Amino acid sequence: MISARALRLTVNGTQTTVTVEPRTTLADALRNELRLTGTHLGCEHGVCGACTVIVDGAAMRGCLMLAAQAEGREVTTVEGLGSAAHLSALQLAFRKHHALQCGFCTAGILTTAHALLTDEPHAGEDRIREVISGNLCRCTGYLPIIAAIMEARIAYSDVQCEAAQ
Amino acid sequence: MKLPPLDYICPATLTEAIAALAAYGGNAKVIAGGQSLVPMLAFRLAAPSVLVDIGRLPDLKNISISADGIDFGALVTWRDIERDARLAQAHPLLAAAIAHVAHYQIRNRGTVGGSMAHADPAAEMPGIAVTCDAMLTIVGPTGTRIVRANEFITGGLSTVLGADEILTSIRLPLWKKARRWAFEEFARRRGDFALAGVAAFYDIDAQGLAYNAHIGLIGVADRPMRLPGVEAILDGRRIDADVILQAAAVARDAVDPADDIHAEAAYRRDLLGVLLERALARAADIVLPEAA
Repeated sequence: MISARALRLTVNGTQTTVTVEPRTTLADALRNELRLTGTHLGCEHGVCGACTVIVDGAAMRGCLMLAAQAEGREVTTVEGLGSAAHLSALQLAFRKHHALQCGFCTAGILTTAHALLTDEPHAGEDRIREVISGNLCRCTGYLPIIAAIMEARIAYSDVQCEAAQ
Repeated sequence: MKLPPLDYICPATLTEAIAALAAYGGNAKVIAGGQSLVPMLAFRLAAPSVLVDIGRLPDLKNISISADGIDFGALVTWRDIERDARLAQAHPLLAAAIAHVAHYQIRNRGTVGGSMAHADPAAEMPGIAVTCDAMLTIVGPTGTRIVRANEFITGGLSTVLGADEILTSIRLPLWKKARRWAFEEFARRRGDFALAGVAAFYDIDAQGLAYNAHIGLIGVADRPMRLPGVEAILDGRRIDADVILQAAAVARDAVDPADDIHAEAAYRRDLLGVLLERALARAADIVLPEAA
């Protein structure tokens, strides 16, 4: 039996400690230890993208990273993007465009799109399609998802303008 | 699938990492990005008792270009390559091939060293390494050795890496400016593993004839392979439609792909011929006549 170990990481801006076995993935640590169940697990082998979280600014598969590998890093989950009372611009755009149906894949798509637009606020439709190809959605047909991400770009451009001033 | 029980250590230096691998004998496995290894663990295709994480080792994250070649530290990610503005000029074939590697989230974390060490027969980086005569630096308890890419990979998911060795860097030879080249790949979905792919380049002499032809394939054998028979056809010739069709015919006969869940052998063989025709036409900047 390999004993659990304490790891320190920052999740959605809050420093936290989780105590997990070394084999625990980041996605499982978030869900089972921190009860951040917005991060969904679909395939658990890196194909579906539902578990996407943002680590030090880059979107990553939460099921393909050990929790131990996130020690000392900053993790953002879908819970860090907005709240039910205060949806982010991206989340509002998803609602407006009906960019989700069952919602299972949505957390992974939101985190992916948030990382993309934070980094590349002027991403074109081709780039958005390419990036979203790493997330499987079996309900929407993707067109509303792409429309929502396209519309949300303006919010991220504004952030960049503010930062520049 | 949850991962099987295993231990995890994260050494601070390369020496410590190698010592750890040696201490665990064959029961340890190196992890970096984990984008191939973690699925292998989930499927129980790999069952190490301990993971040695080299992800925080210093000095393995650089891309450097010198008179000796282009060096990629083992921890360089696909995203690092994508974002290195020098590489579009310094190695356009690599830049084009890397655009086919996996999806956004995986590209942010997957490493060139991991891809080489995993040695998937359909993966782009091992294909480019074999096509371009890359040299790999391997460090073990007794020192450093340099291995050619085609000798590094010994079969499907198999390499010469010892249980106590770490691949630390990959060197591609410098790229000639006026070189003709193309990369063509077909996958069911962009970013998925290639059903087949072709990397091709050659140089042109003062008479307009091709020389130094390098033709590499992925996805059609148990490892990336060169096609010396096709290279011999191209060398010394002016590359026109006839030469290209002749080369593709030889390529179809030269490969012996296996049937698998993704494609039948005959399909892969034909696909490979089509991809080679496209690659050579693109490299030569000519349009092939439509097949009758």
